[in-house]
Amino acid sequence: MYRETQILEESPLKEAADGFLIINVGPQHPATHGVLHLVITLNGETIIKVEPHLGFIHRSIEKMCESLSYRQFIYVTSRMDYLSAHINNHACALCVEQGLQVEIPDRAKVIRVLMDELTRIASHELWWGAMAMDLGAFTPFFHAFRERETINDIMEETCGARLTMNYMVPGGVMADIHPNFQKRVKDFIQLYKTKVHEYDEMVTGNVIFQSRMKNVGYLSAEDAISYGCTGPVARGSGVICDIRRLYPYEVYDKLEFEEITEPGGDAFARYMVRIREMNQSIRIIEQLIDNIPEGEFQAKTKAVLKLPRGEFYSRVETARGELGVYIVSEGATTPYRIKFRSPGFSNLSALDHMVRGGKIGDLIAAMGTLDLVIPDIDR
Amino acid sequence: MTNEELKIKISELIPSASYEPDGPNGWVNVNIDPSEWRYLSQQLRHQEQLQFDFLFCLTCVDWKSHLTMVYHFRSTSFRQELVVRAKLDRTNPEIHSASDIWRTAEFHEREVYEMFGVNFINHPDLRLLILPDGWEGKFPMRKDFEDPVNMIKL
Repeated sequence: MYRETQILEESPLKEAADGFLIINVGPQHPATHGVLHLVITLNGETIIKVEPHLGFIHRSIEKMCESLSYRQFIYVTSRMDYLSAHINNHACALCVEQGLQVEIPDRAKVIRVLMDELTRIASHELWWGAMAMDLGAFTPFFHAFRERETINDIMEETCGARLTMNYMVPGGVMADIHPNFQKRVKDFIQLYKTKVHEYDEMVTGNVIFQSRMKNVGYLSAEDAISYGCTGPVARGSGVICDIRRLYPYEVYDKLEFEEITEPGGDAFARYMVRIREMNQSIRIIEQLIDNIPEGEFQAKTKAVLKLPRGEFYSRVETARGELGVYIVSEGATTPYRIKFRSPGFSNLSALDHMVRGGKIGDLIAAMGTLDLVIPDIDR
Repeated sequence: MTNEELKIKISELIPSASYEPDGPNGWVNVNIDPSEWRYLSQQLRHQEQLQFDFLFCLTCVDWKSHLTMVYHFRSTSFRQELVVRAKLDRTNPEIHSASDIWRTAEFHEREVYEMFGVNFINHPDLRLLILPDGWEGKFPMRKDFEDPVNMIKL
């Protein structure tokens, strides 16, 4: 009844089955960061083929959203990529606002961008800690979580929750920021700046880490575009694809920050892209935290929302890549069809291409730099 | 290239293409017949002035009388977007696969196959991706899918 026996009978893997070893990584595995089942075909220690099996956390979110109202479905999506929960909600709110053609106040825009960037830092911190732990370094995990816990406490005070924040609504944000918000964020920035050198000393400059990550998991720019990779995975191969720069939303067109690309294409390049993105997020927060405009935090919208007939697409840059929300509406109070174009789905399809010919240790290193969150892939 | 030039270019390739009004993002919406998809997909990818190399969303919508495949493209060199739609017959939906041109289509088409039942011709490995074993033929995302045990209609 296991999937492997079915593969041997049905798929092209049958020809490769002589003498090759087929083993499982996952679904319960500390390095897969979620329930991902990889079936690896090995010739000795060299990987011939990697085949992901998905669906362990499929909750049919797209079908569920067809019976939820436009105000309700946003909160299901924070469970999709739970490390960038604010950004997921932001994408859905933008799509609904595109349909309603409502203009949101400036204060709400700035609060949304601040929450997004804090979430991006928190997500990259967890990625960094977990990535180092996959390769055997256990200490950076605690350092990463020290910063992440500070951000979670800030979120808890303003939004009421630490992981799935449910803070964005179509029209703005749900409640105004807490009076302590600005002070706590400024304290966090000071803390981060004193501690960021630890990341370079402990992990980035480490000889063992560099030799495990350089020239591993190479992905060229054409392949990255062909496989639909976005986010740091594509930027690590030199592709310019930051949605915040190419198709700015909210206040990103008025901010000064760099889009980080690295020409390397290997795992170390993707790692450096994310480390530098954290610094750019700090830069964005510094520009905004003292300049939050006064005003309303939510535009006036009806209690029951109805989008007009038509199809709407909005996209944002999550910590993992481009999240697209595609709503097909028939004029009812519930969407007719929703499709979430999740970044992890396309990034995962490049994994097989990246690690062929490598060893299992290379697979773990390359998968760590893809930064997969499996609920995002399975939806 | 502006939207008008793009529409003229595509009409040269596929004379029978029809256009919807430009969407709220300003993207061109093209409707084609599924039999022309193979030719159009090769032209979209390889033609000098088009070069739509980034397929960022591939999905299917179940209108109750027919299914519609929807493809969203972007050209990274020209910063142009395009949306292509193809109407499929509900009793026997099939369309040519795009996975040899855009490698991302492999996973997306597997998902559309298992959720809607669309047969992709010449797909290298068409089988279930997200659903567990035993769900072949059930096509849960279709509007007429019934499951009295697990589905609650609100």
